[in-house]
Amino acid sequence: MKTTVALASVIGIVASAVLADTTAPDDVSFTEYGEVEASLTGTAGDPAKGAEIMTTRSKGNCVACHAVTALADAPFHGEVGPTLDGVGGYRSEAELRGIVTNAKKMFDGTVMPAFYKTSGFIRPGDAYTGKAAPDDLPPILSAQEVEDVVAFLMTLQDS
Amino acid sequence: MTRKAIALTALALLAAPLVVQAGGPDDDELVINGEIEITTKAPAPAFLSDVMDEVISGWHFRSDETQALEADDFDNPGMIFVDKAREQWDTVEGTEGKSCASCHGAPEDMAGVKATYPKWNDDAEEVRTLQMQVNDCRTERMGAEAWKYDGGDAINMVALLSAVSRGMPVNVAIDGPVQATWELGKELYYTRTGQLELSCANCHEQNYGNYIRADHLSQGQINGFPTYRLNNAALNGVHSRFKGCVRDTRAETYAPGSPEFIALELYVASRGNGLSVEGPSVRN
Ligand code: HEC
Ligand code: HEC
Repeated sequence: MKTTVALASVIGIVASAVLADTTAPDDVSFTEYGEVEASLTGTAGDPAKGAEIMTTRSKGNCVACHAVTALADAPFHGEVGPTLDGVGGYRSEAELRGIVTNAKKMFDGTVMPAFYKTSGFIRPGDAYTGKAAPDDLPPILSAQEVEDVVAFLMTLQDS
Repeated sequence: MTRKAIALTALALLAAPLVVQAGGPDDDELVINGEIEITTKAPAPAFLSDVMDEVISGWHFRSDETQALEADDFDNPGMIFVDKAREQWDTVEGTEGKSCASCHGAPEDMAGVKATYPKWNDDAEEVRTLQMQVNDCRTERMGAEAWKYDGGDAINMVALLSAVSRGMPVNVAIDGPVQATWELGKELYYTRTGQLELSCANCHEQNYGNYIRADHLSQGQINGFPTYRLNNAALNGVHSRFKGCVRDTRAETYAPGSPEFIALELYVASRGNGLSVEGPSVRN
C-alpha cells in the first residue's frame, strides 16, 4: 500500500513536469511566415528517434512523399514533395518546426499534412480505422516527436 | 552535430544508394484477346479543361507484368467471376420464377449499358448505380432478395455487365436531372478530409504519375471497375475502393451504397468519359 502511494505520487510529479513545458496543439504560436520559434517541449530532440519516426508508417511516414538519401535504408521514397537532402542547411530550426507542426501556415494549400494539430478537420477518423475520431483526438505526432523530427532534419546539411 | 547524428549519417552512407522511382504513365497499348481495342488515353472532358488535357486509365500506371494479365481473358483472374455471374444470369430465383435471362436474353444483349451508369431513373426519380438497378430488377421483377452492396454476387454481376461492354466509351450524363447529384460528387472530390486533410484531387489530379511511397498514383479512374486486385486476390467494387482511399486520409469513411458514394461515383465516372469500359481489370 505504501509503495503504491509513493509510486503514484512520483508518476504524478513526472507527468505534470512534462505537461508544464509542453505547448498544446491549439496554443502553438506561429510567426507571420509560418515559423515556430519556441521548442514545443523545452527538451532537445533526439535525431535518431526522428529518423525512425520519419520512416514509420503510423507516425510521420515522411518518406511516403519525400526522398531522403540519409534514410535510404527504408524502402520506397515518394516524389509528392521535394527531396529533403540538405534541408537543415538552408532552413532554420524555427522554419522546420513550423513546417512539421502545420506546413499550411508556410505553404498555403499544400498537400503536406499538419502533424501537430487536433482541431478543424472535416470528418476526422480514428487513425486508419475508417471510424469516427474520439473526442480527444491526439495529434499525429506528439510534441516531443515533432522535436525529434526537427532535430533529425537539422542533421541534413549536405545535398 | 551530435555523436548520434554522425553515427546515423555514417550508417546511411554504408547503406544502398537511394532508389529514385520514375513516375508518369507509360505508352503501352491495350488490346484484349487480340481483338478488343481499349482506349486507355482520351482527351479530357470539357469540364476538366482547366486541370488536365488527357484522361488516362489506371492500367498505364501498373507494371508490365500486371498489365499483361489484362490482355488475355485466360490470364485475367477477374474472368472467373464473370463466369460465375453467367451462371447466375440464367438462374431462376424469387417468387416470380424468373432469371435475368427471362427479361434480358443473353448477357451480350446488355452491351453498352455499363458505359452509361450511374444514370437517372425517371420512375424512381433518383440517380442509380448499376448495382441499384440490378437490385431493383431482383426485388421488383423477380421477387428475389436484394444483394449486399459491393458484396460478391453484386460485384460478379457488375463484372459480367462490364465485360460485355469492353471497348465501348464511357458516356455518363452530367446535366439535366443528375446535375445536382453530380455537383455533390464534385464537391466531395475536392473536399480535404480526415486528419491528413487530403482530397481525391490532391492525390489523383495534382499528383498522378508520382509515387507515394511504393504506390504509383493514377488518376483514380473507374472505367476499369470492378478491378481484380492482386493485393487482396478479389474483385473490388468502386465504393469499396473509395472507402479505402478515404480511410487512408485518416477520415471517417462513408459506407458503400451511401448517397455520398453514389454521387461521387457519378462524378468520378464522368471524369473518365471517353475512356473505354475496361472491367474487370487487373490492378495491384
Ligand atoms: C502527403 C505528402 C507529404 C507528407 C506525408 C509530408 N510532406 Fe513534407 N512537403 C510536401 C510537399 C508537397 C512540400 C512542398 C511544399 C509546398 O506544397 O509547396 C513539402 C515540404 C516540406 C519541407 C520544406 C522543404 C523545402 O525545400 O523547403 C519540409 C522540411 C518537409 N516537407 C518535411 C516533412 C516531414 C519531416 C514530414 C513527416 C513528418 C513530411 N514532410 C511529410 C508533402 C508531404
Ligand atoms: C493519400 C492519397 C490518396 C487519396 C487522398 C485518394 N486516393 Fe485513390 N488511390 C490512391 C492510391 C495510392 C491508389 C492505388 C494506385 C492508383 O491506382 O492510383 C489509389 C487508387 C484509386 C482508384 C483505383 C484506380 C484503378 O485504376 O484501379 C480509384 C478509383 C481511386 N483511387 C479513387 C479515389 C477517390 C474517389 C478519392 C477520394 C474520395 C481518392 N481516391 C483519394 C491514393 C489516394
